[in-house]
Amino acid sequence: MSRLASGGLIDRSLSHRFAFDGRLYNGHPGDTLASALLANGVRLFGRSFKYHRPRGVLSAGPEEPSALVELRGGARREPNTPATTIELYDGLEATSQNRFPSLGFDLLAVNNLLSPLLSAGFYYKTFMWPASWWEKVYEPLIRRAAGLGRAAGLPDPDHYDRAHLFCDVLVIGAGPAGLAAALAAGRRGARVVLCESDPLLGGRLLAETGEVDGMPGADWAAHAEAALRDCPSVTILRRTSVASVFDHGSYVAVQRVADHKPQPDPHEPRQREWRIVAKRAVLAAGGFERLAAFSGNDRPGVMLAGAVRTYLNRFAVAPGKSAVVLTGGGDGWRTVADLTRHGVPIAAIVDRRREISPEQHKLAAASGAWLHLGAKVTGTRGGPALWGVDIAGADGVPRFVSSDLLAVAGGWNPAVHLTSHLGGKPVWNEAACAFLPGALPPGMAVAGAAAGTFALSAVLAEGAAGGAAAAEAAGFSGPAPSVPQASDAAIAPTPIWIIDGGKQKAFVDLQHDVTLKDIALAHREGFVSVEHLKRYTTLGMATDQGKTGGVAGMAAMAALTGRGMAETGTTLHRPPFTPVAIGALAGHHRGKDFRPARLTPAHRWAAEQNASFVETGPWLRAQWFTQPGETDWLQSCMREVNAVRGSVGVCDVSTLGKIEIAGPDAGALLDFLYINTFSTLPVGRVRYGTMLREDGFVFDDGTTARLERDRWVMTTTTANAPRVLQHMEFVHQVLRPDWRVAFISVTDQWAQFAVAGPRAREVIAATLDPGENVSDAAFPFMACGSFTTLGGVTARLFRISFSGELAYEIGVPSAYGDALARRIMAAGAAFGITPYGLEALGTMRIEKGHPAGGELNGQTTAIDLGMGRMMATKKDFIGRAMAQRPALRDPQRPTLAGIRPLRPQDRLRAGAHLLAKDAPSTIAHDAGWVTSVAFSPSLGHWIGLAMLTNGPARHGEIVRADDPVRGGSVLVEVVPPCFVDPEGARLRG
Amino acid sequence: MGYSFLSLVREALRGQTGWRPAWRDAAPKPAYDAIVVGGGGHGLATGYYLAKEHGLTNIAVLEKSYIGGGNTGRNTTIIRSNYLLPGNERMYEKSMQLWEGLEQDLNYNAMVSQRGVLNLYHSDAQRDVYARRGNAMRLHGVDAALLNETGVRKLYPWLDFDNARFPIRGGLLQRRGGTARHDAVAWGFAHGADRLGVDIVQNCEVTGFRISGGAVQGVETTRGYIAAPKIGLAVAGSTSRVAALAGLRLPIESHVLQAFVSEGVKPLVDGVLTFGAGHFYVSQSDKGGLVFGGDIDGYNSYAQRGSMPVVEDVMESGMAIMPAIGRLRVLRQWGGLVDMSMDGSPIIDRTPIDGLYLNAGWCYGGFKATPGSGWCFAHTMARDEPHFINSALRLDRFATGAVLDERGAGPTPNLH
Amino acid sequence: MRIPCPHCGERGNDEFVYLGAAALTRPAADAPAEAWHSYVYLRDNPAGLHSELWQHTHGCRRWLVVARDTRTHAVFSATDAAV
Repeated sequence: MSRLASGGLIDRSLSHRFAFDGRLYNGHPGDTLASALLANGVRLFGRSFKYHRPRGVLSAGPEEPSALVELRGGARREPNTPATTIELYDGLEATSQNRFPSLGFDLLAVNNLLSPLLSAGFYYKTFMWPASWWEKVYEPLIRRAAGLGRAAGLPDPDHYDRAHLFCDVLVIGAGPAGLAAALAAGRRGARVVLCESDPLLGGRLLAETGEVDGMPGADWAAHAEAALRDCPSVTILRRTSVASVFDHGSYVAVQRVADHKPQPDPHEPRQREWRIVAKRAVLAAGGFERLAAFSGNDRPGVMLAGAVRTYLNRFAVAPGKSAVVLTGGGDGWRTVADLTRHGVPIAAIVDRRREISPEQHKLAAASGAWLHLGAKVTGTRGGPALWGVDIAGADGVPRFVSSDLLAVAGGWNPAVHLTSHLGGKPVWNEAACAFLPGALPPGMAVAGAAAGTFALSAVLAEGAAGGAAAAEAAGFSGPAPSVPQASDAAIAPTPIWIIDGGKQKAFVDLQHDVTLKDIALAHREGFVSVEHLKRYTTLGMATDQGKTGGVAGMAAMAALTGRGMAETGTTLHRPPFTPVAIGALAGHHRGKDFRPARLTPAHRWAAEQNASFVETGPWLRAQWFTQPGETDWLQSCMREVNAVRGSVGVCDVSTLGKIEIAGPDAGALLDFLYINTFSTLPVGRVRYGTMLREDGFVFDDGTTARLERDRWVMTTTTANAPRVLQHMEFVHQVLRPDWRVAFISVTDQWAQFAVAGPRAREVIAATLDPGENVSDAAFPFMACGSFTTLGGVTARLFRISFSGELAYEIGVPSAYGDALARRIMAAGAAFGITPYGLEALGTMRIEKGHPAGGELNGQTTAIDLGMGRMMATKKDFIGRAMAQRPALRDPQRPTLAGIRPLRPQDRLRAGAHLLAKDAPSTIAHDAGWVTSVAFSPSLGHWIGLAMLTNGPARHGEIVRADDPVRGGSVLVEVVPPCFVDPEGARLRG
Repeated sequence: MGYSFLSLVREALRGQTGWRPAWRDAAPKPAYDAIVVGGGGHGLATGYYLAKEHGLTNIAVLEKSYIGGGNTGRNTTIIRSNYLLPGNERMYEKSMQLWEGLEQDLNYNAMVSQRGVLNLYHSDAQRDVYARRGNAMRLHGVDAALLNETGVRKLYPWLDFDNARFPIRGGLLQRRGGTARHDAVAWGFAHGADRLGVDIVQNCEVTGFRISGGAVQGVETTRGYIAAPKIGLAVAGSTSRVAALAGLRLPIESHVLQAFVSEGVKPLVDGVLTFGAGHFYVSQSDKGGLVFGGDIDGYNSYAQRGSMPVVEDVMESGMAIMPAIGRLRVLRQWGGLVDMSMDGSPIIDRTPIDGLYLNAGWCYGGFKATPGSGWCFAHTMARDEPHFINSALRLDRFATGAVLDERGAGPTPNLH
Repeated sequence: MRIPCPHCGERGNDEFVYLGAAALTRPAADAPAEAWHSYVYLRDNPAGLHSELWQHTHGCRRWLVVARDTRTHAVFSATDAAV
């Protein structure tokens, strides 16, 4: 066991039992999976991406490149989860990944032997012959070998929440800088949101031994948290990572609400996406320690020196029995001190410098370590765990030291990632030996390690000043903030990038297996721009996004080109800061809740009538109403059509767009919107109209009724209802703001039913309140008027027909929709009134040749649809000018026609293409396509509408309808597009 | 040295030290026979085909930054030729045929992988629209198959068939569609063009045009004036800006399209899938990451970043058809600048200025066209007239009305 | 993005629908074809300050003229198109 006897922020009074690769272990609340496994002596955590080399734990945070596991099982399996970020819970199960058959014995480790062949970009140079082998042989092998963990492959059983927050100051990170900033801003009364990805506030204070205001850092963090809780305007979000920055102070954070439990509590989301709008932000995200590139730097047991301190101080775990510390300067000596204090033997200290301070000499003496100054590490030994380190002293003499832990202090990268999300490029700073934030997102300030400030006292001061300044900018002034005190001195940054010498691979990207040799190869082949370097070698593209190794890769390239770090630059950090679950960003919008379903006011009535519903845009509409004994939708549809044509039927048409228009210039507006004239329409009459887009193609069609002199109601197609309203608002507000007209959508306010068939008048008469006169003389075809029904409820009645029968549409306020449906049914009972759905509606409109969705597809003109003569010549209207363009008036354009099969038993299908009867099946002979089809019960065979080149001139011609994707070719006769009652006698009946 | 397994083995034995640059980082000469502005996939392909098909080797491809750094390097890598309108389909199919022999042609493995592109449909009406398109493809001699729900279930059994707001009824499948490794396409064309003598000049931004007598004479660049009697623009995303330097105003808006990649996982999605009731398309790279995207952000932008509502829309749409991806994590997201043309289709044509040619307006779908676009543009530049294959992709089609509006959305770029 | 609606206050861009350039004048009905071609199809598409039309669709439904920098997305003003 590697658990220290005392200390740490773990609860030793409780034990959590957990399993890794099927073996059971014990840990404590407060542990991560990584710390608990280290405490149990586990060193091998995973296998690398390409070479399948054994890998251990490098870090103690989200920057972890190596210790990735599959967390949980079944539908909750979560691949590629860094063990360093998994809070231990009782019953946790995790599995190693990217190995076969086991972590200890992985067959694909053979790749390591082939590594001379598998250099960066090797795949671009081979696998080209024979060409057909790529999909059949090479690629399947590559795909199986690649990837990391396994996706669950089952629907995610948990749910995710989305929430919004507005604040004055967003503080990102609750380390010393973030706590000081939040305190300074919160004490001024600013609304502060403090986001911390860890379950505990404190950041590095939890991992280091420095004191603040005279108390241990962790204690001060707890005090600061208590003080923040006393500020009513401060919101603390733990387990919450700010993932991305958007324009104008918008941020997205993801809160891991229940990831520290086996599964969420009932009704609890697993994670929550916070959309935060902040006037100001203080980025206090800290830094990430770098891994230096040296021979053998990937062996399990090689760990970042700062992570070693985290395991010692926070988790009370000794990550090794005997350590070697490799450092370039003062930072590694803190690890020396902490190892010594916790009684972990140090076998050797390797400092790249030849001279060190007297205090460091004292520390070295106290540790009993063999001190190597001006020395370097030239290799590591061991199998799946480290057992020794090769050192070359300043004298060049090689030495070997037994050790199972190599702590590497290579220097720190400020966590500048969020500063780049709006395009700001990090800037190399020679003094800090790091890339520091460049141009900042507007409203953002950076404090502490993220800004390149590492001394605790300075970090606290910067945080407090940053928080106060942010609050000030957001309108909260106050006295200068009190600055928490610490007494450490700044440590000069003395980074180690690359240590030459040694024969083993030196990695700059542990997860993707990118080595110094790969960087050299990229340089040799001309991939020297950092973007080319990244893309060619995949440096920094793994799940850790190069947080520990990326800059060393840039340094290697800078050394090869001799251009220096500033000129070499770094790649832009892309959102998200750390990987974010897709489910969290989708929230509740999945399954049936993906989009709201709109139901008509009479939905329940239709359901009671045994309707089958179909998705039409956002609506659910009755498609047909199955009666007992019917086994096929076509049976139901035919019965419904026959009922309408033979007696009477009722159809819910509430989904059609309805726009009420009022004002003295309403007529002018309608004249401008439609190709035909409306201003001359008498009160109490309805007219059919067609609208174009400004480019001259048909936009929408429908009827508009003049209810009163200055009050009109327009109907639109269901699909275009929102866009027509928007278009009208554009026309009025932008093009014709002087017109005195107002309009509003009333689609949701009116339930509307079509009552159609020879007995429709009798049904309508019985539906309306007694005494209303709807005789043909009083209420002729294309009349409209206001009546009452249901005992005094206003009803708008329109005598319009889509089916071609004597027909009415009757509308009532939606609250009465259900009642009206039942009233109509009762009124029609004597005539056997039949509810009909979309299919019957569609069949009848095709029989009548009315254009709808298939014809109004945005690619057709008024002329194409046979409505050329409707276009008024004496007025301006939207689309008028562009409709005159030659290609829109070309007589060879496909034009609306009817088709019927030459053999009556043949079925027609929409989407088939039309060709001359004996023409070869090539695109050069394409003459159009079938837009809509239906089986016509009235005619006893299939009929169709089509767009056919020069259609009107071809009536009587036999053409071929080719439908290769469904395997059919049918000979059809071209006919006029109206199949039933072309004279329109019925609808005037 | 050519690229092959043998050369790779030989190099393995000497530490991969014998390789030379994949292409020369050329310095610009004072004059060329032709210049292609833009070192993305289309520009590099144009350079390659100018040399290969038309024998023009004293030419240069000018790139303001590093090659392949624009949309070539930030797309979702899909290749397909499943267009409805003949004017588009013949160009995209030419491109598909070039993809099919590209790697052997270029001696560069761009990982062209024909694992199929499946467009899901969710209603009878949508099925018929897809049938029309599939039939048009078949009339072109292009493969297309209309699958019913059972057919889709066989390919992707874990899609949400049973609890979906918009149930999956089937799909239009182009088996020859698939993906290619985007960066490698740029590098491969650069490699191929370089071997034919084409100068690839990086860090060379065009800052102006010299035009006299209605004909272009050359370009001013950050690396000096370069003369050429033929200049082709292949600078999608920045087309309006560069064309404005020559006094042209175009039917194009620049918009942002976002794309996403997840962490790598073992094989899950075999081919390319698109959602028919929302904006979402996805494939899985050979490295294991799901590569996916959705709708454009919908406003003019030259900032390579999008906004959150579109991110959420994409994730929601993804979860709507693939509820099994909830726990996979988005690793990176990015935004690219796309040339949205006013009818949603590209332009490969001459311009009103003699010797100045335009390759633009690729909307969100230029990657798949890379070889075909280069081939057509090279022909148009070399012969001073469009090939039949790009004869419908004219600049004057907006004036004549012969627009190529696949979606019927009209002259509003963010609806295409 | 956040757009300062003059009627409703600052709102997220998901409440708005974008149309395009605002600085276009619809030609007279009898204007030459070239004027119509230019109005319907040709755009300046500047990299920089852009005057553009957004509708506050999920708010007051007013069409707004927004002055925005297309390189940085900075919004300088938003006014009602009809006022």
